[in-house]
Amino acid sequence: MFARTLVFLGLLFISVAASAGPKIHHWTLENGARIYFVEAHELPMLQIRAVFDAGSSRDPAGKAGLARLTSSMLDEGTGNLGADDIAGQFEGLGAEFGAGADRDMATVDLRSLSDAALLDPALDLFAKILAAPSFPAASLERQREQVLVALQKDMQSPGAVADKTFYRELYGDHPYAHDPLGDMTSVKAITREDLLAHYRSYYVGANAWLVIVGDASKRQARKIAERTMGQLPAGRAALPIPLVRTLYAPLQKQVAFPAATQTHILLGQTGMRRGDPDYFPLYVGNYILGGGGLVSRLSTEVREKQGLSYSVYSYFLPLRKAGPMIVGLQTKNTQRDQALNVVRKVISDFVAKGPTEKELNAAKKHITGGFPLRLDSNAKIAENLAVIAFYDLPLTYLDDFIPRVEAVTVEQIRKAFWQRVHPNQMVTVVVGGSR
Amino acid sequence: MLRKIRRLLIPLLGLWLAACSQTQETTLANGLRIIVKEDHRSPVVVSQIWYRVGSQDEPERSTGISHVLEHMMFKGTAQHGPNEFSRIIAENGGRENAFTSYDYTAYFQQLEKSRLPVSFELEADRMQNLTLADEEFRREIKVVMEERRWRTDDQPEAVVQEKFMTTAYQAHPYRHPVIGWMTDLESMTSKQLRDWYGRWYTPSDAILVVVGDVAPKEVIEQARKYFGPVPARAVERAREVVEPEQKSERRVRVAVPAEVPYVLMGYHVPVHTSVGHGGNVAEWEPYALSVLTGILDGGQAARFERELVREKKLAVAVDIDYSAVARSPGMLMIDATPANGHSVAELERAIRAQIERIKQEPATAEELKRVKAQVVASNVFSRDSVFYQAMQIGRLAAVGLDWRMLDGYADKLKAVTAEQVQTVARKYLVDTNLTVAVLDPLPMAKGQRRMPRPQGGGDVR
Repeated sequence: MFARTLVFLGLLFISVAASAGPKIHHWTLENGARIYFVEAHELPMLQIRAVFDAGSSRDPAGKAGLARLTSSMLDEGTGNLGADDIAGQFEGLGAEFGAGADRDMATVDLRSLSDAALLDPALDLFAKILAAPSFPAASLERQREQVLVALQKDMQSPGAVADKTFYRELYGDHPYAHDPLGDMTSVKAITREDLLAHYRSYYVGANAWLVIVGDASKRQARKIAERTMGQLPAGRAALPIPLVRTLYAPLQKQVAFPAATQTHILLGQTGMRRGDPDYFPLYVGNYILGGGGLVSRLSTEVREKQGLSYSVYSYFLPLRKAGPMIVGLQTKNTQRDQALNVVRKVISDFVAKGPTEKELNAAKKHITGGFPLRLDSNAKIAENLAVIAFYDLPLTYLDDFIPRVEAVTVEQIRKAFWQRVHPNQMVTVVVGGSR
Repeated sequence: MLRKIRRLLIPLLGLWLAACSQTQETTLANGLRIIVKEDHRSPVVVSQIWYRVGSQDEPERSTGISHVLEHMMFKGTAQHGPNEFSRIIAENGGRENAFTSYDYTAYFQQLEKSRLPVSFELEADRMQNLTLADEEFRREIKVVMEERRWRTDDQPEAVVQEKFMTTAYQAHPYRHPVIGWMTDLESMTSKQLRDWYGRWYTPSDAILVVVGDVAPKEVIEQARKYFGPVPARAVERAREVVEPEQKSERRVRVAVPAEVPYVLMGYHVPVHTSVGHGGNVAEWEPYALSVLTGILDGGQAARFERELVREKKLAVAVDIDYSAVARSPGMLMIDATPANGHSVAELERAIRAQIERIKQEPATAEELKRVKAQVVASNVFSRDSVFYQAMQIGRLAAVGLDWRMLDGYADKLKAVTAEQVQTVARKYLVDTNLTVAVLDPLPMAKGQRRMPRPQGGGDVR
C-alpha cells in the first residue's frame, strides 16, 4: 500500500502511556522472575511475553549478533523435539510463537486461544523451549547462513547502511554501537558454546520478566507464570552495561553508495535513558520538533513547504542507558546539502527558542486526546507492560502519563533541549549516490 | 500496492475472519454506503472512507494519478488550508493516514470515540471542496517522486516486482505500478488531478466504514448530518480490461547493482470477484487457493520452510502471497532468496518441484488440520485490532463483495478438501500460466565496500 506517510515512528518508541490504564497485577516468583498480568476476557485469547536482559548489548567482544542468534535458535530444538516438531505442534494448535532481540531486551512471545485444550499444550511447549533449548549444531550453521545473507541484503539498502553507520559512529566502543544482527566477521565467529553460555547467563529468573495479557483469571495467571518461568534457575541479574560517552565535537561520515538515486541522512546524538527525569519535556518537545507526523516543524519545513522528502522525522529512543536522539530523511542526491541545511536550521531554532505556547497546547491535546489508542488491543497492552516491566517503571506509569504530559511547560522543554541537545556536536551520516 | 510478500499465512487468512455480528449497513440518499461495526473493548473508534478508484482505473500516461490525488487530499479546501486536516486530527488526539492500491483509495482516522464527528466533518468537506492549487501540487509532486525513489528505485527487489507485473500482465492495468512511472509523474498537471477528482470523488461511489465503541444509530445520524448534503453524482466506469490467457511461460531478468539474487514467480489465479462472471470459476476455488498457500507457506511447519529452508537449505526465505480480495483476477506469487552456494536456478527448480508435488499428491490430513487450526485462531486474533476489522470490511466492500462474507469465511476455508487443493493447483499452477522474474546482481559500483559473497559449502550441509 502506498500510504501518504510512514506510520512507524512515534508509535514505536514511546510505547508507554496512560491515565485510566488497565489494572496491573504484579508479583515475583521465587527465582526472581517478575510477573505482570492484565486480565481481559473479551476475546478468548491469551498473549504472553517473556523478557530477558539479554539483548545485543550483552554480545561479547568479537561476537556481535550472539543475542539475536540465540533468540532465533530457541525454537530449533528442545529435548527430543526438533524444529519441525516444535513448529508443527504450535501451528497445529493455531498458536503463534516468536522470539527476538534488540539492543536491550530479548523477548519470547506466545499467542494462543484460551481454550484449555489448545492453551495447555502450547504453554507446555513454550515452557520446554524456555527451560531447555537444545541449540542443535546443524541448525546453528543454517541460521548463521541466513544471517549472513540478511547482512548482505542490508548492504544493498542505503537506509540500512546509514542506520548501522550512525550507531557505530555515535556509540564508538559502547555495546550499543553494533548492529544487533552482527557483522560478517563476528557472525562467523559465534559457536554453539557461545549460545549456551549466553543462554545460561541471561535466561534466568533474576534476569527475567513475564507479561501475561488476556483471557485468564488471576489464579490461572499464577499457574501460567509458575509453569513457564518458575522452572528457570534463579541465576544472577546481568551486570549494568557501561555508561554512554558524550561527544563534544561534531562528526560527519559520508558513505558513497553509487547505485542510489537518493541520499539518506541521519543526524543526532545520545539522547536519554528510560526513566530519565527529563523524559516528559523531551518527549513532548520532540513531538513538536519531528515526532508529530505531518504536523511537526521538520515535516512542515522539509516536506510541506519545500517538497524535499517523503519522510522526515525525529525521535528519542530511550534505552537502559542513553539511547539515541535521531533526525532522519531521504532526498534525491542533488538536494542533499539543501535538505541538510533546512534540517539543521529547524533543530537549531528549536533548541534556541523552544516551542510556542500554541504548539505546546496542540501537542498536549494530541498526546492526551489520543491516549486510549495506545491501549486499545491486548497486543498493545502487552507491549506497554513489557516496557514498564523491563525498565522498572512504576506500576502507576500509565495512570500518571496524562497528568505528567499536562504538567510540561514551554520553559521545561526549552531548558531540556537547551541543556541536552547540541546541534553543533551531532553525528551526521550521509549515504547516497553522486550528485 | 505492490503485494508485499508475507511471511506467514496467518495474516493472509486473518484478513478474512472477523465475525460480522453487530455490524449494520445503510445507504444515504446520495448513495454513500455506511457500514458500522461495534467493538466496545476500548473507548476508541476508527473511521475509514473508501473510494473505488485505484491505479487500475488510470489511463496510460497518467499512471500514479490516484496516489498523487491521495496526497493532494491533505492540501486544503476552501474552508481548511493546506495541511489543516492533519493539524485538526492531531489536536484531537487522532492518528490518520491514507493508502492507495490497484483497486481503491482509502483515508482513515483513529480517534477517541467522542471525536468521530471531527473526522466526518473534515472528510465530507474534502469529498467535495478540494482546492487542488497549482502551487501545492508543484511541491507535493516532488514529495511523491521522492517516495518513488525511496520505495522502488533504490530497492532492487522492488524493481524486480515492478518488472514482474509489467511482464505478467500485458493488457490489464495491473501492469502499471500504483505509484506510477516516473515519466508520468514528471508530466502530470494539476488540471489532470482536478479532472480525476471530479470524476471519482463522490458519495455515490464511496463507502464509509466505522468500527469501535459506538452506537450504530448515532453514527449513522452523524454521518447523515455531514455527508448527507454532499451532492450525488454517478461514476462512469470504463469497461474492465480482461487479461488474455497467457499461453506460454514468460521470463524477465533484472540486472541492477545488488548483493543478493532473488526470484519472483507468479501464476494468474482467480479471486472472489471472478466467481459468477460467465467464466468457469467455482465459488470454492479462491478458498482452495488460500488453503494451498497455507500448506506451502503457512508458517514454520509448512512445506517451504520445512523442506526448502530447513531440510534442503536451498533458500534463506521463500514466501507466498495470494489475496483473494481484488476487483480483477490476481496473482499467486512466490518470492525467494537462495542460500549462499545455491543458484536462483536451483531454487526455482525446487519450487517448481513443490508445485508439481501438490498437484500429484493430496495434502496430508495433518497439514489440513494445521491450516484449519490456524484459520480458527486467526479468526479470533484478528479481532484484537479495531483497525484491522475495519480494513477487512472496507476491502471487501471496495472491491464489490459483500462484507457479510466474513461471517462464513472461516467455515468456507475449513470446508476445503485435499482434492480441491489439488484441483486448483492443476488448473492454475501450470507452466503456460507462469511468469518468472530474476534479480541478477550487478556489482555495487566503486566506492561501495563490496564484500565477497561467502560460499555456503555446496549442496550437502
